[in-house]
Parts: sequence; structure tokens; C-alpha cells
Amino acid sequence: MRANTWAGRNKVEVRDVPDPKILNKRDAIVRITSTAICGSDLHLLDGYVPTMQDGDVMGHEFMGEVIEVGPGVAADTLRVGDRVVVPFPIACGACAACAAELYSCCENSNPNAGIAEKMFGHPVAGIYGYSHLTGGFAGGQAQYARVPFADVNPLKIESDLADEQVLFLSDILPTGYMGAEMCDIQPSDVVAVWGAGPVGQFAMDSARVLGAAKVIAVDKEPYRLRMAEQAGHIPVNFDEVDVRSRLLELTGGRGPDKCIDAVGMEATHGSAHIAAYDRIKQAVRAETERPHALRQAIMSCRSGGVVSVIGVYGGLLDKFPAGAWMNRSLTLRTGQCHVQRYMGPLLQRIERGEIDPTRIITHWLPLAAAPHGYDIFKNKEDNCEKIVLKP
Amino acid sequence: MELTAATTVRKPATEVYAFWRDLENLATFMTHLEQVRVTGERTSHWVAGAPFGEDVEWDAEIVDEVPGGRIAWRSIGNADVPNAGTVRFVPAPDGVSTEVHVVLVYDIPGGAVGKAVAKYFGEEPHQQLDDDLRRFKQVLETGEVVRSDGAPWGKRARKEFPQRPAQPLSDAELAKGAEP
Ligand SMILES: NC(=O)c1ccc[n+]([C@@H]2O[C@H](COP(=O)([O-])OP(=O)(O)OC[C@H]3O[C@@H](n4cnc5c(N)ncnc54)[C@H](O)[C@@H]3O)[C@@H](O)[C@H]2O)c1
Ligand SMILES: [Zn+2]
Ligand SMILES: [Zn+2]
Repeated sequence: MRANTWAGRNKVEVRDVPDPKILNKRDAIVRITSTAICGSDLHLLDGYVPTMQDGDVMGHEFMGEVIEVGPGVAADTLRVGDRVVVPFPIACGACAACAAELYSCCENSNPNAGIAEKMFGHPVAGIYGYSHLTGGFAGGQAQYARVPFADVNPLKIESDLADEQVLFLSDILPTGYMGAEMCDIQPSDVVAVWGAGPVGQFAMDSARVLGAAKVIAVDKEPYRLRMAEQAGHIPVNFDEVDVRSRLLELTGGRGPDKCIDAVGMEATHGSAHIAAYDRIKQAVRAETERPHALRQAIMSCRSGGVVSVIGVYGGLLDKFPAGAWMNRSLTLRTGQCHVQRYMGPLLQRIERGEIDPTRIITHWLPLAAAPHGYDIFKNKEDNCEKIVLKP
Repeated sequence: MELTAATTVRKPATEVYAFWRDLENLATFMTHLEQVRVTGERTSHWVAGAPFGEDVEWDAEIVDEVPGGRIAWRSIGNADVPNAGTVRFVPAPDGVSTEVHVVLVYDIPGGAVGKAVAKYFGEEPHQQLDDDLRRFKQVLETGEVVRSDGAPWGKRARKEFPQRPAQPLSDAELAKGAEP
């Protein structure tokens, strides 16, 4: 089959690789009908997440049709012919983390748990196409994929919703939603979201669905801010204004009640010397993150507020504003999304028309054009917000 | 050399104990074991794989056991690598899971076998046992040792790095990997 693979730092290549096969009894093989490129793929692309190998199949957002199931998949759970969306964290459904619905912390799905444990103190779940730290699972930017624990993970789509209406249930819609849910939103809340990428956009929509009074989008890409504005959110361009002052203005001097970091480890900074400090430290690997958005979110949040982090961090960061966090009674909440927890309820919201996941799609490309897709998505060219690939 | 490790399995102690007490199961998750054959009520024959040096075999006997609670064993006769082990099964505070506490003691000899064993355990000897217990937990909780494209060979994924790329295996690779 054809698959988009990592080919060294800042390079992906569509190559011929073998078709996936059943390796465990509870596996299924899915013929992929739609797949997407994610901001998380960009962290892998430039090598900020360690343990990538030349030839690794990329991609963790995919859906398609089941074409084969292993002998351990009961027919009442999944059958050949089922149309499914596959959640990006691989969960066993049986461990204590899965029982607590902490699927991205599944204790059994990562065969390289020993490596993850060294990095993170305790291991994390397997994830498709997301480095060997999370298991070395081939990803979904391909024609076919192997899906482990297929009896408990995929979401069956039984209605006639189009691929693009349900594809993002695999990751970014649940992720944005979890970002808002962790904020424990009250009707009077002003919620500010750093990052108007696909994840940030869905965090904004979710904050509104959960009842926020006002939702603010912080980014520097005018076309992304415009997209947020068209969806009814208030844009703040960090290249043009001082974010903290503007946020104070928008909240009567209080600061946002809830702040969401949907940027992660590769944030850029309006202030050149601070950006340079973190860039150099990141380049020499003395620090693995450029946490500008996180720092600003913590400094901006009103006392007693919540800072919810869904942007990805991989290692160590510097100059964490611990004083602001501690002295002003802030709550920090975070996590790789526990996608399986949200897929069903969000599918219902889509069916009821409460959320329109298609509004962020700007590009449909054939799988063969994946390298071009990575290029324009990374460099914010051609007004690129979200790319759907057709294998 | 003494190694200790612990894991928690979301199953009742009787079930976790029973799986371990069926000593032939140990080879499904302990990397260095090729086979364990039960030879009597309390005796068994153990065969270690290549990482322990060629043809390392020994007999063992269970020296103490409390059903659902504890098993202790030790090698008998002229074992190349005299060894002993204890595993305790303790109900976890959550009321549904079982804590599994393992202690293994190896009397590492000189000569080629001793070198092979020392090399196998490397600089972080407890890592092997940690990984063994992770697979033990996988088998009990999910039914199998979990495989990925990058680490497809279950307990035989001895050297975690470098591993093969995270892309599907060819038929030839699969056939090769299926060899014992
Ligand atoms: N927690 C999870 O489970 C999960 C799941 C998916 C994605 N993610 C992460 O979410 C983040 C966003 O993903 P995406 O697909 O939207 O990526 P993206 O790269 O398209 O979006 C990031 C946006 O942040 C903006 N940005 C950069 N620096 C900023 C700053 N200092 N302040 C405000 N905005 C800034 C960029 O201009 C860009 O628009 C990534 O870190 C990704 O890895 C997390
Ligand atoms: Zn993603
Ligand atoms: Zn699990």
C-alpha cells in the first residue's frame, strides 16, 4: 500500500510499504477513506518528539471501513463492513486507567512502555503514527491501518453523515472539547483560547456550547483569527497588540476566568529576545519546549481561574511561572485527550447540528500530496487551516 | 544479584495467583525463559533462552506457597545459575485489583554463562523484570502480549532500540519473526 512516512527531520515521503496484518487477536484492519494532518504531526515532523525512525508511517486521525477482524473480536462488537472512526489513543478497555476513562493513559497498549516511563515517570498509552515512545504503531496517513483492541476502540458510524462530518471525532474535536470541559465553564465565564489552529477552533466552539459568556481567540495568523471571528469568537492578534492589556480590556480588568493553551511546545513569541532565549535552549536541547502561550495564559488568567492545557508538551520547560500559579490559586489541568470518552456524545451533538466540524476544513488533497500538505500547514500558506487526505 | 519489581493487575488475587502457579505460563511473559515444564506437584524444569547463554537449564522446586497469597521457589541440583524467587499477591486498596510483588535472586557464576547473564541484565537489571511484569499484566488483563509494528515480537523484543520502523511487516519478516 501507499503510506506517508517520516523521512528524517522536516521531511515526509509517500512510499510503498507492506499492507498491515493482524498481529494480535483483537486487531482489525481498516481500509482508510479519510485521514488528516494534525498540529501534533508537526511536532514529529521537525523532530521535537524523540524516537522517530526513518520509515515510520505518520498519522493518527483516520476513519474507514473494516475489512478484516482478528479471532478475538466478537461479532457483536465489530464486523467486516462496519464504517468506523478510530480514536488516536489505543486503549485496552480493561486496565485501571481505562476503567477510569483515562484512555490516553492506558497501562497496556504501549509495547514500549519502558521507554515512555523513562521520559515521563510512568508510561502512556500507545498512539498511532506518533513515535516509538508511544509504541511504534504504524499510522493512518495510509491506505490501510491495523487497529489494536478493535472490539473496544472504534466508533461505528451508522448514519449517513459524510466522512468530513465525523472524521475529527478521531482527535481534534474531542480534544478541543476536553480543553473546554476541563475549564468547568460557568455561564458568566470569559474563556480565552491561545492558538486558532484546528484544535483551538474546536476548543472555542466547545466553550460556547458549554455556555461561556464570551470566547476570545489569541493567535497571529490573520486568516485563522478571521475564521474564529466568523464563528462568533473575539480575535486578538498577538503580533499587533499586547495580549495581556487587550485581555484586561475585554474583561473589565479581571482577566479571563478560564484560559486554554491550544498551542503547545512550538509557540512563537511577539517579543524577539524572549523567543530567542527559548529557541536557543530548545535548539541545544537544554529545554525541549517554547512555552510562550502557556506562560502568557498563566499570567493572564484571573485569580482562582483554570488554565487548561491541550497543546502538547514533550519534555522539560524553563521559566515556568510557578509564583503566579501558586500565589493566585490557579488550577492547571491537562492531558492527551481521552477521545473514547467523548466520541459518542459529540457524534450526537454533530447529528443535532450543535457543532459543525467541517467549518475548519480548507484543503482536500490526495494522499500522494501529503508532503505538500505538511508544507502549507506548517508554514501557514494558502490560508491552510485543516487538511483532509484521501488515500 | 537481587531484583525486585511490582505491578498491579485488575483481577482478583485468586486468578492472578492461579495464572502464576501454572508455572508453564511464566515463559509467555518472561523474556529470558524459553520454556517451563511442570514435572511434579512441586517440581519443574526450566529452560532459559539465548540471552542467558546457550543451553542453560535447571530444575526448580516450590518451597513455600499460600494459595492466593504467595509462591516461593528455588533451583535445585547443579543449576548453572542458581536462583530463587518469591512472588506475593496482595489485594490492592481499590478492592478489585491485586498487587504483585516479585523478588528474584541470582547467584551469578564466573565463566561464559556468568558473562552472558551479566550482559543480559546490563546496566539496568531491574528493567528486564519491570518489562516482564508489564507483559504479565497485559496477558492477564487483555489476553495477550501487545504487539506493534515497531515492536512486533512481544516478549522477544529484547533490545528496545533500535527497533524496526513503525510500518507494517512484509510476509518475509512475519515468517522470520514467527520462527522460535
Ligand atoms: N491534547 C491532545 O490530545 C492533543 C490532540 C491534538 C493536538 N494537540 C496539540 O494541540 C496543539 C494545536 O494543534 P493544531 O492542530 O491546532 O496545531 P496548529 O499548529 O495548526 O495550531 C497552533 C496555532 O498556535 C498559534 N500560535 C503559535 N504561537 C502562539 C502564541 N504564542 N500564542 C497564541 N497562538 C500561538 C499558531 O499560529 C497556530 O495557529 C498542538 O500542540 C497539538 O500537538 C493536542
Ligand atoms: Zn491529532
Ligand atoms: Zn487500558
